[in-house]
Formats: sequence, structure tokens, C-alpha cells
Amino acid sequence: MSETAKENIKIVKHATCTFCGCVCDDMELTVDMDAHKITKAKNACVLGRAWFAEHVIEDRPAAMVDGKEVSIEEAVEEAAQTLVKARFPITYGLSDTTCEAQRQAVAITDIIHGTVDTTTSVCHGPSGLAFQGVGESTMTLGEVKNRADFIIYWGGNPAEAHPRHFTRYSVTPKGMFTPNGKKDRTVVLVDVRKTSTAPVADIVIRVKPGKDFELLWALRALVKGKKVADNIEAITGVSMDTLTDLVERMKNCRYGVFFFGMGLTMTRGRHFNSGALLALATDLNEFTHFVAKPVRGHGNVTGADNVVSWQTGYPFGVNFNLGYPRFNPGEFTTVDTLSRGDADAALIIASDPASNFPKAAIEHLHKIPVITLDTKETHTSKLAHVAFTTATYGINTGGTVYRMDDVPITLRPAFDSPFPTDEEILTAIRKRAHELMLAKSGLGAAGGGGTQKVAAPRKE
Amino acid sequence: MTEIMILVPGRSSKQGTSLNKGKLKDEYLDVTSRVEMNMDDMQRLGLENGDKIRLSNDTGETVVTCSGKKATDLPSGMLFMAYGPPSSQLMDSDTAGSGMPLSKHFSVAIEKVT
Ligand code: SF4
Repeated sequence: MSETAKENIKIVKHATCTFCGCVCDDMELTVDMDAHKITKAKNACVLGRAWFAEHVIEDRPAAMVDGKEVSIEEAVEEAAQTLVKARFPITYGLSDTTCEAQRQAVAITDIIHGTVDTTTSVCHGPSGLAFQGVGESTMTLGEVKNRADFIIYWGGNPAEAHPRHFTRYSVTPKGMFTPNGKKDRTVVLVDVRKTSTAPVADIVIRVKPGKDFELLWALRALVKGKKVADNIEAITGVSMDTLTDLVERMKNCRYGVFFFGMGLTMTRGRHFNSGALLALATDLNEFTHFVAKPVRGHGNVTGADNVVSWQTGYPFGVNFNLGYPRFNPGEFTTVDTLSRGDADAALIIASDPASNFPKAAIEHLHKIPVITLDTKETHTSKLAHVAFTTATYGINTGGTVYRMDDVPITLRPAFDSPFPTDEEILTAIRKRAHELMLAKSGLGAAGGGGTQKVAAPRKE
Repeated sequence: MTEIMILVPGRSSKQGTSLNKGKLKDEYLDVTSRVEMNMDDMQRLGLENGDKIRLSNDTGETVVTCSGKKATDLPSGMLFMAYGPPSSQLMDSDTAGSGMPLSKHFSVAIEKVT
């Protein structure tokens, strides 16, 4: 254990920041054990420093029902009853908690024949669809650090969203085959505006809003030696000279990488945009080694994709109404189930859809019983029927998270929290929901031990 | 004065740091209710830093504070703001069968609030 105790100050070495998908695991935290506060986070970026510094023990009840403090047991009972009674319960969020908690959430959804979806559906969900359609030439960030000499950031602004992406993985670090760091790499930025990532880039390409697909398709054509229409600049805002120069550079690099952001997935075209970029990466492998990776936002959104995939076979938007998993984005994804008014109860873990979902979805959240698990008060916890305050992953709890390149990392907590973990609450809800479902079908008694080793029966 | 522009909501580091303090705290609410506009557009429309403008479309409307950006950084006709409750007011819930609502690049009418 790399922890040393000195009076009431504890130093935690090799701790992990879970604020963004970079999941930097080289933090050195100074913890004031009396104040339950992290006073210094060495190696963290501006976002990481805020993440650690602002996580104090909240002065809130651990559990509330309709705004009134209750015991955790009472809240678990109410949550389980609410979910079991519902005809179309949804589970959502999950990108800011551990894989262990995510597992429990999927199990609950399975038991109650609900629908599980994660914040992926409103982030790189379209890229998930594109992976299924075109495949993914992939890598780890360690490979990028050691090998990549040509980096293209497309539709993302890591300088503000993933500040250490450049220094840890992709631009400045010195690697095995990139001994001179930045000098050995060419960095390209494609975006609709000049973001704060631009100063890092050697080449900045400004594409017209909504024309990423056209630009990618033109690049594919040029890579394959086909002719591109003369008016491509009028369409995309990018000159033919810039395009041909980019194509030559891509074909002649040693190891090229696309890092793509939500400028592709959140705009018109969605999975077609991501798919075009993935297809371009595949095409380039005729000439050199080229890979593509979505740059993921939340600390464990990649874990959510992995856990939901290995438990159900699909990455997000999974429905268990028939007793087995079915995947259908647009039908079982949360913006749709809420804004169409399908959902009649919601279990929301570590996410705040009442703040950032479309208006119609937020309006529906106000009409149904909502159960929230969150470390802080949010717009969603404020409207919740049952609200749990939980410990913060990576700061107060251990567990596993996946970095954006699908590498699992074990967390090293800094100090204890008086609040339970997401995993503990979800495990308790799962057990109680299982008992209630068995009772409902006549296979067990409500309030029984919950030890029967039988699968939850199908709902009529 | 009403004009249609393209709104690009996105992440910003200030939004990232303030959300750690709490999404219901003043700092987050302030960061997410500011919109950046090309300075030339602002001049043309008679707007100054700190002026309140109403953004609206078929889905809804919100009032935000505008601040200028150099024309070389933000093209004319484009607005940038950090994601948050105000930008949600303008987001259509139709996902075209994908699960993803159009969350960037949507048209909004802008109008000075006096
Ligand atoms: S880059 Fe991301 S994971 Fe790394 S310290 Fe900054 S916020 Fe934390």
C-alpha cells in the first residue's frame, strides 16, 4: 500500500481522478483526515483539482423520501416497491460510478423487467451504432503515446474537456518510437470554431457546421484515388489543397490516430458521421497503420458500455420487458422513453437528466416517481421521490473504472465517507426487488429471506 | 431585432470546475447561462458584453448573457454556450430513432432583452 500516515495528514499515491475519461491514475493526494478534505492533488489538471477539492462530506441526509429524511432501509424499501409496481421502469445514468455498482443496476433492471440505458446514449451512442455497422480499428492510449506520429482531433475540445489528454497520451509525452515527444508528432484539429485546442495543433481545419460527413466522405474518396467534386470547398468550407495535403499526410504517416468527439455524434448525421470517420480509418490501413477512438467524457462511461455489454450483449438502450434483453436505440433510449411518456418510474444513478435533457423529457421526469443516487444535490435529486446521498467513487470508494481506451483501472480511495456506496444501495434494492418480484408471481413470500436461487419470473 | 443563428452547446473548463461545486450553485448557473457571440455580429446587432438576449426556437426559449469572441475564433452567425439547463430549453427531444437528440448546431432566433 503506498499510503503513509503523518499526524492527520495522509498522502495517497497513485490515486485516480475519475472526473473525465482520461482517468489519470498518477495522482498524489494530500488528505486532511480531520477535515475529510483533499487539500492538494498533485498532477491533476484544473478540472481534476476542482473534482478533488470540492468533494467534502455533504451536510445532507443519506436517504430521503419526498424530501423528508428517512432511514436507508426505509428508502430502499420504497425504492424497490416503486420499481416493482411500475409497468415500464427505466434505469439511467451510470457513467459516474464503479463497474461493481453498474453490475447491480443491470441486475435490478433485469429483475424488474425494465429498461437500462446509460449516458452513452446522449454522448457517443451514435458511435456505438457505428461500431456495429462499420467496426472499429482500435488501440490503447499507451500505444498512442509510444507509437503515434499523426494525431487528428475531430469535433472535440480536449483542452477544456480532457486537459491532460495531450500531456499524458497523445501530444507531448515521449514514447518508445516518439522519443522527442511533440517534435515527433503532427497534430491536426478539425472543428467548426477555433477552440482552445487550436494552439496545440499544427494544422487547424475549420469545417462548416453540419458538414463533417461530406468532408469525411471527400477524404475517403481522395484516399481511394477517386475524384471529388470541384465545389467541395463551397460545401464543406475546406479547400481542395487542404484536403489533398491532409490525405498525403495521413497516407504517409507511420501510425495515425483519430480522436473524435461529440461534434460528430451530437449533430445532424450522428452515427453516419462517426461511421464515416471509422470507415476512413479502415481505408487508411491499406497504406499505413491508422486507428480511431471516441474521446469519452465521464470517468466511467466506458465502463458502463462494457458492463452493460457483457451483461446483456448490447451497450445501451436495452429492454427486458419480455424477460430477455432487446436493443433498440430510439425506442429504449432514455430521451425517447421519457419524452414519449413511456417510463412510469426511473432509477437514476450518478446523473442529472433533469438538468441537461431536452425539455419534454424533463417535464416527464416531474410526473413520475424518480429514485436518485448521487453524491450531491442535483436538479434530478430535487424532484426525486426517493433520493440517496452516496459516497464518491475514487475519493471515498474503491472499485473498477474503464479508461476511454477500455483499459480497466482499480481505484484507490482517499478517505471514508459516512454515506453508503452506490454499490451497497443498489445491491440492497436488487435483493428487495427480487423478493418482491418472487412474491408477486407466487414463488416466494414478500419480506422473505430472498435466498431462493431461482430466476425472476416473467411479468405477465 | 431578430436574427437566426446556429447554437453550438459544448463543454468548457469553467463549466467543468463549477459543476464540482454543485449544479445548483450560483457559479454553475452563471457559467451555463452565458453565450459567446462573434464580436462583429454583436456590433451589427447593437449588443454589448453583458447584455441579455433571448434565444428561442420551436422547442422553447431561454434568456442568457452574451459575451464577445473574436471573429477569427467564432465565425459569424454562430453562438457557443456551455451545456446546462438553459441550453436544454432549446433542445428538441426527437432523436430520429438514435437515442441522441440534436444537441449541437441548432437554429435559434436571437433577440435583445431590454
Ligand atoms: S485529465 Fe481528466 S482524469 Fe486527468 S486529472 Fe484532468 S480531469 Fe482528471
